[in-house]
Amino acid sequence: MIPLPFYLTFGALLFIIGVIGVLTRRNVVIVLMSIELILNAVNLTLISFSHYLQDLRGQVFTLFIIAVAASEAAVGLALVIALYRGKTTFNLDEVNLLKW
Amino acid sequence: MKLLVWLIPLFPALGALINGLLGRRVTRERAHLIAVGSVGLSLLLALVVIIRTIFNPSEPIHAKLYTWVFAGEFSADMALLVDPLSAIMLFVVCGVGFLVHVYSIGYMHGDEGYPRFFTYLNLFMMSMLILVLADNYLLMFVGWEGVGLCSYLLIGFWYDRQSASDAGKKAFLVNRIGDAGFMLAIFLIFWTTHSLNYETVFHYVHEHPISTGLATAITLLLFVGAMGKSAQVPLYVWLPDAMEGPTPVSALIHAATMVTAGVYMVVRSQALFVLAPATMTVVALVGAFTAIFAASIGLVQNDIKRVLAYSTVSQLGYMFLACGVGAFASGLFHVMTHAFFKGLLFLGAGSVIHAMHEEQDMRHMGGLHKHIPGTYRTMLWATIAIAGIPPLAGFWSKDEILTSAIKGGGLNYLWWVMGMCAAFMTSFYMFRLLFMTFYGQERFDTDHVHPHESPPSMLSPLKILAVLSIIGGFMVGIPPENGLFHRFLAHAFAAHGGAHHAFHWWPDFFLMIVSTLVALAGFVTAYYLYLSNPQARQGWVDRIRSALGVLWNAVRNTSAPEAFYTERTDRLATKYAFAHQTLLNKYYVDEFYYAYVVRPIMWLMDKLWGFDGAIVDGIVNGVGKFTRLYSNWSGLVDRIVVDGSVNGVGVLVRGGSQMFRLVQTGIVQNYLLVMALGVFVFATIYLIF
Repeated sequence: MIPLPFYLTFGALLFIIGVIGVLTRRNVVIVLMSIELILNAVNLTLISFSHYLQDLRGQVFTLFIIAVAASEAAVGLALVIALYRGKTTFNLDEVNLLKW
Repeated sequence: MKLLVWLIPLFPALGALINGLLGRRVTRERAHLIAVGSVGLSLLLALVVIIRTIFNPSEPIHAKLYTWVFAGEFSADMALLVDPLSAIMLFVVCGVGFLVHVYSIGYMHGDEGYPRFFTYLNLFMMSMLILVLADNYLLMFVGWEGVGLCSYLLIGFWYDRQSASDAGKKAFLVNRIGDAGFMLAIFLIFWTTHSLNYETVFHYVHEHPISTGLATAITLLLFVGAMGKSAQVPLYVWLPDAMEGPTPVSALIHAATMVTAGVYMVVRSQALFVLAPATMTVVALVGAFTAIFAASIGLVQNDIKRVLAYSTVSQLGYMFLACGVGAFASGLFHVMTHAFFKGLLFLGAGSVIHAMHEEQDMRHMGGLHKHIPGTYRTMLWATIAIAGIPPLAGFWSKDEILTSAIKGGGLNYLWWVMGMCAAFMTSFYMFRLLFMTFYGQERFDTDHVHPHESPPSMLSPLKILAVLSIIGGFMVGIPPENGLFHRFLAHAFAAHGGAHHAFHWWPDFFLMIVSTLVALAGFVTAYYLYLSNPQARQGWVDRIRSALGVLWNAVRNTSAPEAFYTERTDRLATKYAFAHQTLLNKYYVDEFYYAYVVRPIMWLMDKLWGFDGAIVDGIVNGVGKFTRLYSNWSGLVDRIVVDGSVNGVGVLVRGGSQMFRLVQTGIVQNYLLVMALGVFVFATIYLIF
């Protein structure tokens, strides 16, 4: 039986990797993928606690998150396509219409 | 009968309306048909009314139309009254008025303002008839102002002449002084008797004796009104200038009718005047002084109309002298006879001026009896009449006035002496006018000026007036002092009495002889100065005999002297240069008024104007300036404080946003970084605490 801290540590690492990916990568698709990583890191942590605490509410929450993530991915990819149609780029740095 | 009385002033009113509205387009050269026709109808109706009054003098006609003003205690009727007094005035106004209208057809022929002239003349007739027929003071005042207005309009009839429009203004302004007095008198009468109706007023003062002081105040104020309208010293100055108007106007308004309105008013109010002995003295004094004063100016004037104007002022003085000594009936008698002969003299002068092509200076006339014999004959009779030679009209009325004066005793002897002096001067200047105009050789350029006799429309009024001047006094003045005229008029005064004198051989007949001699003396003096040869040596008796011979021949129409000399008068003028200059300049009264009345008023006006400019305008402008200053200041506050705070907020917001918008880098990762750091910080804080 793998103890809880391992799961938590793994989730945290996964979260940090996702955050770093979001913050540092320029490609929109990769940013979206990093967001998925963050979500899944949170899912992992929730499931770990659910199992550890013997409470199913954590898993229910996770299922909701997976559903939301799916729709989020759909919406995000649609946005990426729209962005590409407008600006012919995937590069986030070039999307700065809201600059001061 | 009531309606008939109202129709008398109505016809001229309609005439004025028609000519006034349609004169320029429709009636034009035919304006006289309307004007003369309307006055003719008035005259016919007036004659009916007068005859009815003659046969029934003790019952006056009251023609009340309706109550005109009705306010609280005060009421005035739109009502006319025909009693013997107004009947006589009615006769004079309608009679002379009609003749002057007929005369004007010829005189004004071809004038640009022909219909306008007849409009004014008809308007005048209406006002004058209202004045003499009114049965209360208020309606009389309406007529009084109406004739004043028409006088103004007609004096300034040739308004493009500066002197004419000035004269009109002068007449109007001087009359205002009198009118103010008349108005105050009306107020005072109403305050005293609570009525303005003649009969009520006179009845009231008869029943309730009013204090002498009050009566004096009322009558003095009435007399001030009369002084203005009837051109008495010191308000006479407008009348000589009024000669700027057309000559028929001078005859009708400024000799026969309007100027006698003052006398009529005094005679009408005799019941009040007899209550105020002080006023009577003032009236007599002013009258006597005016008579002698104006006559002396008339002695040396050279303008034919001016001589007549001063003569009118002088004769009006006689009328007031009569009123002042209590002989109201004699005063009115003189009004009537004066209307005949002075109207005739003015119309004759108009005929002369017409013949001479608008020449008015007698020094440039002479010898006209050959050229315009009709005018000459009629004017000769008028001159004899006004000079007071019996049995013509002027003699009877003038003699009555002087006799009444001497019978009054006391101070009245003085009036008699003054009246006699004035009578002498009257006779002199009238014969002087006659000699200068008609006798001697022509003193004008006979090659260019061809005097022509006036048309029949002008001559026939002259003839009618000449007949009236000859018989007018004789017919109704006999026996003197108590003739038909007086007996007729007595009915108007019956209730309240008045001075009555019966005729006595002594001293009346003696006085008649004296006044005749004085009149003849005036004639002989004129003859001596102008007609007798200065070179010829003659005794006094011979001179007088030849003078009377000239008069006799003139009357018999056999000859007129061809000789005319000015040596004697020139010598007199140089010898008494100061007196001559003073008279020629009319005692410098106009200059005196200019210096001491007009100029102070102008000065006051200037000062008031200055006051208005400096103080009143200053205050107004000051208020304006203050408001502007205040608004400037207020605007400053608005700009600095209110706008400042609004803009300040804007600037502050902009400045802040200038700084904070830098946060909006537009780089998504930056936002995410901040968010992540935030979460980190909060999580850390949460974990620690």
